[in-house]
Amino acid sequence: MQCVVTHDSNICPTTAMAEERRPKQCTVVLPTESMKAMAESIGVGQLQEESCAALSEEVSYRIKEIAQDALKFMHHGKRRKLMTSDIDHALKIKNVEPLYGFQSQEFIPFRFASGGGRELHFYEEKEVDLSDIINTPLPRVPLDVSLKAHWLSIEGVQPAIPENPPPAPKEQQKAESTEPLKAVKPGQEEEGSIQKGQGATSAEAKGKKEGLIRMKPRSTHELSVEQQLYYKEITEACVGSCEAKRAEALQSIATDPGLYQMLPRFSTFISEGVRVNVVQNNLALLIYLMRMVKALMDNPTLYLEKYLHELIPAVVTCIVSKQLCLRPDVDNHWALRDFAARLMAQSCKTFSTTTNNIQSRITKTFTKSWLDEKTQWTTRYGCIAGLSELGPDVIKTLIIPRLTIEGARIKAVIEGPVVSNIDKIGADHVQSLLLKHCASVIAKTRPLPDNMEQYRVDYGYLGPMLCSHVVKARAQAALQAQQVNRTTLTITQPRSTLTVSQSGIGGSVGSRTPSIIKVPSSLTLMSTRPGTPTQPSPPATKYIVMATSAGASSTQQVITLSSSSASSVTSTVASAASTLQPLVKLESGGGGSLGGSRPLQKYIVVSLPSSASSSLESKSGMLPPSSSSLEAGMKMERSDSPGASTQSPH
Amino acid sequence: FHRLFILLVHAHFISKMAAVQDGQVDLEVEKKEIKTETSNDGSGNNNANSSSPGSTSLGATSKSPTGPAEDQQTLLAVLQFLKRNKLNESVDILRREAGLSVEIDDSPGSASGGAGSGGASNSTVDGGDTNSLLSRVSIAIPAAPAVTAAPVPPKGLDQPDVNVVLSAYSQQGDPDLYPLYYNGLKKFIESVLDCHRAELSQVFYPLFVHMYLELVYNNHEVEAKQFFEKFSGDQECYYAEDLRILSGMTKKEHMKGNETMLDFRTSKFVLRISRDSYQLLKRHLQERQNNQIWNIIQEHLYIDIFDGMPRSKSQIDAMSGSLAGEAKRDANKTKVFYGLLKEPEIEVPLDDEDEEAENEEGKPKKKKPKKDSMGSKSKKQDPNAPQQTRIPLPELKDSDKLDKIMNMKEAAKKIRLGSDNLPSICFYTFLNAYQGLTAVDITDDSSLIAGGFADSTVRVWSVTPKKLRRVKSAADLSNIDKESDDVLERIMDEKTASESKILYGHSGPVYGISFSPDRNYLLSSSEDGTVRLWSLQTFTCLVGYKGHNYPVWDTQFSPYGYYFVSGGHDRVARLWATDHYQPLRMFAGHLADVTCTRFHPNSNYVATGSADRTIRLWDVLNGNCVRILTGHKGPIHSLAFSPNGKFMASGATDGRVLLWDIGHGLMIGELKGHTDTIYALRFSRDGEILASGSMDNTVKLWDTLKAFDDVELDDFTAATGHIHLPENSQELLLGSYTTKSTPVIHLHFTRRNLLLAAGAYNP
Repeated sequence: MQCVVTHDSNICPTTAMAEERRPKQCTVVLPTESMKAMAESIGVGQLQEESCAALSEEVSYRIKEIAQDALKFMHHGKRRKLMTSDIDHALKIKNVEPLYGFQSQEFIPFRFASGGGRELHFYEEKEVDLSDIINTPLPRVPLDVSLKAHWLSIEGVQPAIPENPPPAPKEQQKAESTEPLKAVKPGQEEEGSIQKGQGATSAEAKGKKEGLIRMKPRSTHELSVEQQLYYKEITEACVGSCEAKRAEALQSIATDPGLYQMLPRFSTFISEGVRVNVVQNNLALLIYLMRMVKALMDNPTLYLEKYLHELIPAVVTCIVSKQLCLRPDVDNHWALRDFAARLMAQSCKTFSTTTNNIQSRITKTFTKSWLDEKTQWTTRYGCIAGLSELGPDVIKTLIIPRLTIEGARIKAVIEGPVVSNIDKIGADHVQSLLLKHCASVIAKTRPLPDNMEQYRVDYGYLGPMLCSHVVKARAQAALQAQQVNRTTLTITQPRSTLTVSQSGIGGSVGSRTPSIIKVPSSLTLMSTRPGTPTQPSPPATKYIVMATSAGASSTQQVITLSSSSASSVTSTVASAASTLQPLVKLESGGGGSLGGSRPLQKYIVVSLPSSASSSLESKSGMLPPSSSSLEAGMKMERSDSPGASTQSPH
Repeated sequence: FHRLFILLVHAHFISKMAAVQDGQVDLEVEKKEIKTETSNDGSGNNNANSSSPGSTSLGATSKSPTGPAEDQQTLLAVLQFLKRNKLNESVDILRREAGLSVEIDDSPGSASGGAGSGGASNSTVDGGDTNSLLSRVSIAIPAAPAVTAAPVPPKGLDQPDVNVVLSAYSQQGDPDLYPLYYNGLKKFIESVLDCHRAELSQVFYPLFVHMYLELVYNNHEVEAKQFFEKFSGDQECYYAEDLRILSGMTKKEHMKGNETMLDFRTSKFVLRISRDSYQLLKRHLQERQNNQIWNIIQEHLYIDIFDGMPRSKSQIDAMSGSLAGEAKRDANKTKVFYGLLKEPEIEVPLDDEDEEAENEEGKPKKKKPKKDSMGSKSKKQDPNAPQQTRIPLPELKDSDKLDKIMNMKEAAKKIRLGSDNLPSICFYTFLNAYQGLTAVDITDDSSLIAGGFADSTVRVWSVTPKKLRRVKSAADLSNIDKESDDVLERIMDEKTASESKILYGHSGPVYGISFSPDRNYLLSSSEDGTVRLWSLQTFTCLVGYKGHNYPVWDTQFSPYGYYFVSGGHDRVARLWATDHYQPLRMFAGHLADVTCTRFHPNSNYVATGSADRTIRLWDVLNGNCVRILTGHKGPIHSLAFSPNGKFMASGATDGRVLLWDIGHGLMIGELKGHTDTIYALRFSRDGEILASGSMDNTVKLWDTLKAFDDVELDDFTAATGHIHLPENSQELLLGSYTTKSTPVIHLHFTRRNLLLAAGAYNP
């Protein structure tokens, strides 16, 4: 009997799993067919049915016994996961030879599949392309065990440091903001961390003892000296001139778990900052502030719901403001609009509820100002960008029906008498924006064939261009589908990572709806001017274009544009869901136009945050005064800031 | 389990063949000790412990305090055994050594001294039931008719034994009637008065198990399954684990190898029922002529009847949950000397309070029999303390004295903790451990931290700026001027200085780890069945203690060094001395794995927690089990004694911490709050605060001062053990601190009452 056990016990983990899933079921027995198959595999044919039944019962019993012993080893190993080594040890104490060579890096080497009414467990045997293996860089060398000390508590109060979990978990912040009366604090006090722990705990204990109805404690937003210093440092770094410092500060905002206390200050800082800098047309500062918003949203420990009334107007301002920079003909304020639109879409997705209706309010606002005849091209661009980021449904219902009208308007500007250069550029941008967003949606919804004439009939002036874009998008989608198929086959099980930071938690970014894939031709957003890269080290600049596929995995297209030659190389890299975050790239293009030899900075937003639909919290800050016009280019952002090409925190 | 003993016997036979000339009688004695312990603990008649500390004769070699009569009986038993085996030479030697003519020995001291020619590895024959001992011995004899005969395979011995155990099930009734019987009883119990119902409901579980086993044993597989399905849902939820094991057994053949069920059979399930309730049950069963159930109750259950009010449901629930029911009341009647030993006098000006406050949980300082009598009269001996020399303790070395002085100085700076003054917690996180950290220990002075890993390594870190250095090699050492003042510094090899050292030697995961109080040694116990002693001077392995043939789950040094205890999968806890390769005591009685072992602060007792969900307290002096504490609903994974030695805390997989009064053998508190296994428990240096660390990634602090105050112990509750537990976990909880994703597997209070916690980051 023992030999049978050794023979089969590679099914142990499966049984153990099954057993844990259904602890109540008392008679789980292996099917007799397995016994037959097993017997045949070792050359015993024609096993009788009774023998099979007896065997399967015996084997099931032994396997259960071994699994129960293995659990013991798991408990003593201070783990929650049963590992193959536990099974080995359990076999060993039963005096059975362990399964040598049965090691797996993953905890369960089996995959489960069901279909056609059958359920089966199988070994995953991936087909591996050798060149992939050869070309992938070597993995990081595993680090040795090390010891790290931190304060879990200081005189009864848990300090808010990255090593500790956030003082107020996100769910709780959410609960507090959505259902303020029900908020109950487990364990310790979070708000008013300055109070002595003892006072609070004893008060709490008393409260419980006397069964009093606990009032929601008044929040005190006093900041400790350290927090004040931190706030000062962070805000200065965020809007200062040193790009490296800024990156650090943003990283800190995006990951630090102890910011809950300072959130109101940050949100006021941002909203005030936008208010002032829009008036002054300070594009650079607006971009910095938007990056702060982004960082706050990325912080997995913060729940911004309470502060949306300040943040949303600021963001919307950056999308639709008539003028964001001093020289609208030269500066790339379009990128800021795109970026802010993405932020807007992301916050709609995260915070929109039936109570606050953010999404529908935002949508209404955008639509209203878009429909206005007198709206300027810049605002028009912002509205369209804001709407289209909200997802294909919005594009389909709101944008596509207006393509004809919009096309006519564009045509009037481009082909008509030259009114002003600014209008022309604006129209140009709106056109490419519309083409970009609509093409993918049309490619999805419109049946083939793509007839140029038919398009013209349907969409007017933009029709023919749209048609060619749609054709491209279709081709790309087909390519994508292949890649998607390939990537979804690889089931990536995240290996235990060693970093203590929580940056990887992609809670805020959910699944993304398919949007268009940017092909090199649509990279008009980026520098159109030939530029000499200021950084000598990378010969080619890499743009990472986030394309999407449904579900967890996506592909990133890395488009390498070497600045010397026009050739571009694309390659696809599979990435996990957690990397689905917008990427802001500051690309320094050459441009001797203003500062002589000093290159100009360009902000190129290349990747897309999740898109969804939208609405607006308050209109007050939405349309800021746009009076200040073409004043002298004093505030032009130069590349004195050293980090010429830096990524947003990630 | 039985096979283990047989193996032991077998091993002894072989070694005896080799050692017969040397008259190593202690081997036999030891073997018998094992046997007696099992037989005694099963039935719980520890009648041997009549020895009062005053009458004990503690020679240098002997530790067996058994009365003269018992000693003599033991010796006679040994002699008889030797004779039967025609070991005449040994008989002669034994007689001569014991000064034992055919009838009488002269004095207990010489008798035990003689028998213990093996020195400290002497046995602890508690001589409980010599007859059973003899009969056991004679059972073993047919298996090995002559010493020279080839060893009989252990299986052969094993089988009959098991069959004897199981054959009790052979009486059988109609299998179809079992559910009827059970249902009838169920209906009856549901119909009785409320006050009796709770008590009588206790009968359900053991009855269910035995009826099921009877069905299985008699090959009524289908009926057994039906019976199980029908009634397993009625059982208390804390029996779910056992039921799962039970559910797997559907054939008679399965019963043979299954240790859990064997234990269920061999040890009677103990129930405590008031006389009234018992009468009610008895009358009912006799009226109905329900012999089937009555037989089971008579044969397999031990009903401990008490006079007085029936217990309430909550009282019963608090105490039940163990594999074999509650402890019998008389199992916890032995006096336990839980007081602390006197501190030695050391020439440091310190007032009494500091001295008092300084006794620490876990690892108090080394003490020695007082040399100078100065001031000794001013200190009163704790009436509950054992005699200073009850067990021999190692001499205090000069370095220990220095350490002690350091400790006192530190203790003077200690923070007084309390509910309004919580300790700071410093957390040591093991990074990159890949789920492999299995054990942690920290030295008493908090200078070193050691981790045991699943990859069989032991790693030692220095957490002070002082690096770890090795002693130079022998060749280099010979060049050192031995007279120089800094010779201790000179022997260290600077080249080897590093923050951590790795100790290689085990061949399986290291589950237990313990520093010696003087920080010179480190113990580690592993899956490979050995306990290893490492030198922290040379960072090499000194000894591998073999004895447990199965994984050793835990080990711990005595607070005075020299002794250590280990416990493992073989269900036996062993007491060792570092200079003996064989155990001094074997504590057998647990029905499942011994999962954790702890020394009492006075080193006279050892507490063991087990997967059978009981805690046992053992007397180091004579190896007796002096307390059986039931109440946990899952395997016990952590134990801690309060610094004053009076109380104990235990934590289990059920996420509850239970507090115990050792003197009375009573549960006095239940701390609920954790949601997963509690792997670490520690009292603060003054015992005001209990810290618990768990798999649920939290450290919780509990107000033990209040917990112990709240308990009112009148004579009645002390006598019956029926205590009302106050539901005050929430009031006692002083703080709860969550780590990011790090299970807490070790806790330690520094001498200044800073709490250190340790665990491996588990992303």
